[in-house]
Amino acid sequence: MSKYLLHVITIFLLLISYYKDSKKTRMALKKAWKAFENILPEFLGVIMLVGILLSLVNPEFISSIVGEKSGWLGVILSAIVGAVTLIPGFVAFPTAALLLKSGAGYMQIGAFISTLMMVGVVTAPVEIKYFGKKLTVARNIMAFFFSFLVAYIIGKVVGGI
Amino acid sequence: MKLLKRYRFFLITVIVTVIITIVNQSFGIRAMGVVGYSFMEMIVIIPPIFILLGLLDIWIPREIMMKYMGEDSGVKGIILAILIGSAAAGPLYGAFPVAAVFMKKGVKFTNVLIFIGAWSTTKIPMFLFEMTSLGAGFAITRLLVNIPGIIIIAYVLSTLISTDEIKEIYKNAENL
Repeated sequence: MSKYLLHVITIFLLLISYYKDSKKTRMALKKAWKAFENILPEFLGVIMLVGILLSLVNPEFISSIVGEKSGWLGVILSAIVGAVTLIPGFVAFPTAALLLKSGAGYMQIGAFISTLMMVGVVTAPVEIKYFGKKLTVARNIMAFFFSFLVAYIIGKVVGGI
Repeated sequence: MKLLKRYRFFLITVIVTVIITIVNQSFGIRAMGVVGYSFMEMIVIIPPIFILLGLLDIWIPREIMMKYMGEDSGVKGIILAILIGSAAAGPLYGAFPVAAVFMKKGVKFTNVLIFIGAWSTTKIPMFLFEMTSLGAGFAITRLLVNIPGIIIIAYVLSTLISTDEIKEIYKNAENL
């Protein structure tokens, strides 16, 4: 249900907008389409890239590198896997929970989840189109290193190391 | 020809996928499964985001956006950027077009970056899901580290980049 909340809100606002000014609403839709069409090639490319990467990086592969005893090397590898993949949250979180049950460390999972969400290597083409190369690279590198801090604190607080 | 150039990146990925499928069928099938899934996600989640930003572009005057999130918006602007980013749904690549409209409307650069950070990592629907799968300790710790983290990252990024470069990015946003 909550999955469609955004749709309900959008339709509601669209109706209000149309009621108030149909011409402006048509203009808004035209702008929406133009913005979408503009970025569509990058979107499609990113989606394909995610498919290719996820076919190579699967849960078995991830679990082989994130064991509790894998230490900082495991943290670094998990961070890299998180950075280069793009897994939707509702697949990533249960997978992470499963990995924890099967012996993965909190620090490693923390690094994986953090870079997964904050660092987007495959989405970089989209980001570059809006923010340019320099900022995209800088943001992703900073988010990558920040994830180690997140991992360390999660390891301390949750994993109790 | 122009179309071909625009879709070059996409075409390369298609060719790579085809090659993978020829070399190893099970990898290829898995890749296509993920592509199918992501494609459906795009079709379902992306249209409302773009329609909303179209409406935002048309209905919300620049002055209002500047007042609440512009240069002089202070803490209010930061909080709004975090809240709007956190209320979002959808993958990170959906955040960039919204950021472009924000820039068009004169939102302060650090607030745009904070919004991107919040969208990437403190989304409320995802937070609830994270709590149920990985436990409250994990999710809350991550959230508490992330909120100051994304603000600090935003400010550091804005110092790394010159005013001219920021102007260039804003100008670019006008044409997107």
